[in-house]
Amino acid sequence: MVSNPASDLLGFARRVASGSIKVVDLTQTLTQEFPTIVLPPEFGQAAPFRLEEISRYDERGPAWYWNNFTVSEHAGTHFDAPIHWISGKDLPNNAVDTIDPRKFIAPANVVDCSAESAANADFELTVPFLEAWEKEHGRIGAGEWVLLRTDWSKKPYSEYAGMRDDGAHTPGPVPEAVKWLVEERDVHGFGTETIGTDHGQGHHFNPPFPAHFYMHGKGRFGLQCLTNLDQLPPKGAVIFSAPLKIKQGSGSPLRVLALVEAA
Amino acid sequence: MTEPLKRPKRKDPLKRTQQPLYPQSVRSRTAHGLTKAAAEGRFELQTCDDCSTVFYPPRDACPNCLSDRVPFRPVDDNGKLIADTTIRTSTDPYFRERTPWRVGLTKLDAGPVILSHLHGDVLEGQRVRLALKLDKGGAPVMIALPEKDTPNMADDPHLREMTCDPKFRRVLITDGRTPVGQAMAKAFSDAGANIVFVGIADPWKPFPGQDELKKIERVEIVALDVTDSESVTEQAEQNGGRIDIVINTAEHIRAGGIMQRHGVTVAREEMDVRYFGLMRLAQAFGPAMRGRGADGVNSATAFVNLLSVHALMNWPQYGAYSAAEAASLSAAQCLRAELRSGGVRVMNVFFGPLDTEWFQTVPPPKVTPAALAKAVVQALQHGLEDVFVGDIAEDIRARLAANPKALERELAG
Ligand SMILES: [Zn+2]
Repeated sequence: MVSNPASDLLGFARRVASGSIKVVDLTQTLTQEFPTIVLPPEFGQAAPFRLEEISRYDERGPAWYWNNFTVSEHAGTHFDAPIHWISGKDLPNNAVDTIDPRKFIAPANVVDCSAESAANADFELTVPFLEAWEKEHGRIGAGEWVLLRTDWSKKPYSEYAGMRDDGAHTPGPVPEAVKWLVEERDVHGFGTETIGTDHGQGHHFNPPFPAHFYMHGKGRFGLQCLTNLDQLPPKGAVIFSAPLKIKQGSGSPLRVLALVEAA
Repeated sequence: MTEPLKRPKRKDPLKRTQQPLYPQSVRSRTAHGLTKAAAEGRFELQTCDDCSTVFYPPRDACPNCLSDRVPFRPVDDNGKLIADTTIRTSTDPYFRERTPWRVGLTKLDAGPVILSHLHGDVLEGQRVRLALKLDKGGAPVMIALPEKDTPNMADDPHLREMTCDPKFRRVLITDGRTPVGQAMAKAFSDAGANIVFVGIADPWKPFPGQDELKKIERVEIVALDVTDSESVTEQAEQNGGRIDIVINTAEHIRAGGIMQRHGVTVAREEMDVRYFGLMRLAQAFGPAMRGRGADGVNSATAFVNLLSVHALMNWPQYGAYSAAEAASLSAAQCLRAELRSGGVRVMNVFFGPLDTEWFQTVPPPKVTPAALAKAVVQALQHGLEDVFVGDIAEDIRARLAANPKALERELAG
């Protein structure tokens, strides 16, 4: 049967409604308490999420409830655009408002490092680890996300942030692995459950913060503070991740949804 | 001898909380010379520049030579209690609740005879010291104290009405992450506070001194972030009904002026901590404190703001910081007016550069956190309203009184 593209789309909508395509929310709730990235205090700081009531059925507005919120582009579950990093600053269409919206929908490879990360908060994602993963699950395709499942999102905040007197201790990729994903696999972007896409000690790598440096340098994207990655298959999920259309925005908090074939 | 204060029993939940009242007072503008001296803890009376007569009560001309050059000046506070009487009834609702109340006449060595409240340890015919205090309504009053300190002297019920002694009270220190917050926790624990709640923001972020802070006796760590309205509200919902003294230690100190700052991100943080933070605390904790101003031995008594003395005059080297401090001071003055009807004192404590990392490059003299904490406890024990801690703060105060314009130019460097 020759399929009609229009009916495919409507069929997709029907399958979402019926639950035969499952929608997994990969988003953390935006709350005041959720840890944000910490830079040394003499640097500018990313504002955490804050909420101020405008009115709540009271003298400020008798029949309605609404809030003002403030938040940095890089707090909570958020998207990193290439313009976020100096290596991506001169690329075309590198900000959240100019990225081709088609790029907000892409398949995902979910690399499970939860056991390794549980055993070692400083777990480093390497090329051999990724190659071994491909042997089991298949090759990482061009234009696909690589999402690092560490189960970090399940930790209490103090362990989640992993702050010690020598910096953060959270898992992440070594420079070679990011370079390999970009150059050898032509991936769409890199996503994590941790506060950043980079390893907690990533500032000691060469180059520092390789996930930012290589991904954004080649116009790829980042997703961080994801959750529910344990509900995704290694391959086959489709990620919907459209950031707010902020003029020349470097990123944005967003709702990240994964579409998964129901078992 | 003063009966030592007993740790207050738990409140009977069926009893109505006594509503705060404060003594009636009508004061002339001239008499506010006394208010200023009392607020800062000095004993000052009008002294004639022409004939040196010391007189009281305040008036616009010297009763001896009619000169109008009659400034308030520090005078000897020693004298003799020559008469002593006990008031048993009063038409003033504040005193009606507190009778019998002793008053007496003191003949000061400096000259005038002054009617004042009496500490329980003074008797007619004895040598006494007169002290100027603020009453529950913030008006200046005199109290005759024993010539030498007596045991448990601060526990005297009349004196305690005029002070904000932390003994047996429950204190909230709004930010325990800083050296100043931690020094305050120690000082208030040592001063006999019943509980010292210490607010910690972002508990997932470790901080220096964390372990030592937790070990201080009667310290209870609570979640509090003055930049987060919800956090402040939740803390007030949990503990606001039993906090007697708030010490706002939340600070934001960065060097730099206005023009070279490169944007307003840091300035917003400064205002969020120092101005909006104070406003959030005032809204969340203020009303309950105002309602508990007469709630027995551990009534709500004081809201303490720690302020850079550069709130009073900008120091361009820390210019944006000074501006945020000035905003905080202005809000604190408003809060003072708002809490006055509850007999809750707003105490503003001014200091110069602190001996902490954010003033690392500033040469001494600097105020150590421990010295600041000690000064705050003492000022509450004395019931002050405006406190200047350290040489820089004292110096700025004096220069401001002498010539504000000169001070502005000199601070500009
Ligand atoms: Zn005279």
